[in-house]
Amino acid sequence: MDKRSIRLTVNGQRVTREVETRTHLADFLRHELRLTGTHLGCEHGVCGACTVLVDGDAVRSCLMLAVQADGREVVTTEGLAAPDGTLSALQQAFWEKHGLQCGFCTPGMLTTLTAFLRENPDPTEGEVRDAISGNLCRCTGYANIVAAALDAAQRLRGGR
Amino acid sequence: MKPPPFKYHDPRTLGDALQLLGSLENAKLLAGGQSLAPMLNFRYLLPDHLIDLNRIEELSGIRVDGCRITVGAMTRQRALERDEALARLCPIVREALREVGHVQTRNRGTLGGSLSHLDPAAELPGVMALYDSAIELSGPKGTRTVKSADWGRGYMTPNLEPDEILTAVRWEAWEGRHGHAFVEFARRRGDFAIVGVGCLVALDSANRVQRAAISLVGVAYSPVRLSVCERTLVGKPIDDKALEAAAAEARKIEPKSDLYASGAYRQRLAGVLTARALKMAHERARG
Repeated sequence: MDKRSIRLTVNGQRVTREVETRTHLADFLRHELRLTGTHLGCEHGVCGACTVLVDGDAVRSCLMLAVQADGREVVTTEGLAAPDGTLSALQQAFWEKHGLQCGFCTPGMLTTLTAFLRENPDPTEGEVRDAISGNLCRCTGYANIVAAALDAAQRLRGGR
Repeated sequence: MKPPPFKYHDPRTLGDALQLLGSLENAKLLAGGQSLAPMLNFRYLLPDHLIDLNRIEELSGIRVDGCRITVGAMTRQRALERDEALARLCPIVREALREVGHVQTRNRGTLGGSLSHLDPAAELPGVMALYDSAIELSGPKGTRTVKSADWGRGYMTPNLEPDEILTAVRWEAWEGRHGHAFVEFARRRGDFAIVGVGCLVALDSANRVQRAAISLVGVAYSPVRLSVCERTLVGKPIDDKALEAAAAEARKIEPKSDLYASGAYRQRLAGVLTARALKMAHERARG
């Protein structure tokens, strides 16, 4: 078995682990670190549920090996709220706008939109829809997800 | 849905990577992994060794020197999309990239990976073909350059020997008064195109075509240039007749049928999208 020792930061915590090199990042987060907020839908890069932030960029954690995250900074859905549990503006907006139904796609939606709103703080509805084009919601609850993203954008801009 | 066991290598230099590639049996190169990782997860591929190119710094970067552009093979698609100098010189690159997968895949996916994988419907090889790019390869015997027209050798088979690594792509931006357009039809946003068309048109002061390039993806195993039409357009204005002539040449290509679309449907799309791309590029050139 081919193993490597890796060191990375996950949600602000330094982590050192020995991993089998074929383990993808999503399995590492879920099985090794027990961060089961990152969901696995398709495991071939289509559904977007496993999206995490690596050095601030949204990536599919099922298409990246854990060993490739050596030295990187990873943020999962568990790392989006403040340490005291206060929800981020986006999470709060999802809550209030009913942006989650069964919740399976939610971690990927939140991580994807967190990165998106950083880059585009004043998006149009079309831009939000484009941003989540790689995230499948099988409850088809896109309307409320888009509404939540637009609401969060407004909050983050200090609109209210 | 887990990758099969392999031995992982992450060389820091191109020389080390070539050495590994030349000495290991059944080795596979890993670029951005946005096509290879799914294939590993599905176990379509069972490599004994995986050589990860992601830690080789010399393979990534965008260099702009006048209108000469050099892009390292491991440059992320997202870096290409964000580069302002490139967007000014070759706006079609950004326009096409917006159709390549999704933000999450473009954050990892690379230019060299897309060219080496050579999916028949991939947008980037189509854009590289449009510019008559030079694709640079390194192997045990040194380096060689392949013209984009000679890149595809068969279905998902680039002109790349098993012991070679794609290192960079070079092309020249068009100068003067010209317009661009990349249009495609896909069933959902971010899917591979059923057919995609890239077009560049340069006009003289009387709005006659000075130079034109039209490249189609999704209609053959690798991008197809409409070279006859590109020549006959020169010296003429872009009117309905010119648009129909371009569409007619596009419809001469005989695409194969597959799970997603019949050959006849692709043929029809090729004509429609060619006219649309040429029209848009022309309007943009006129400003």
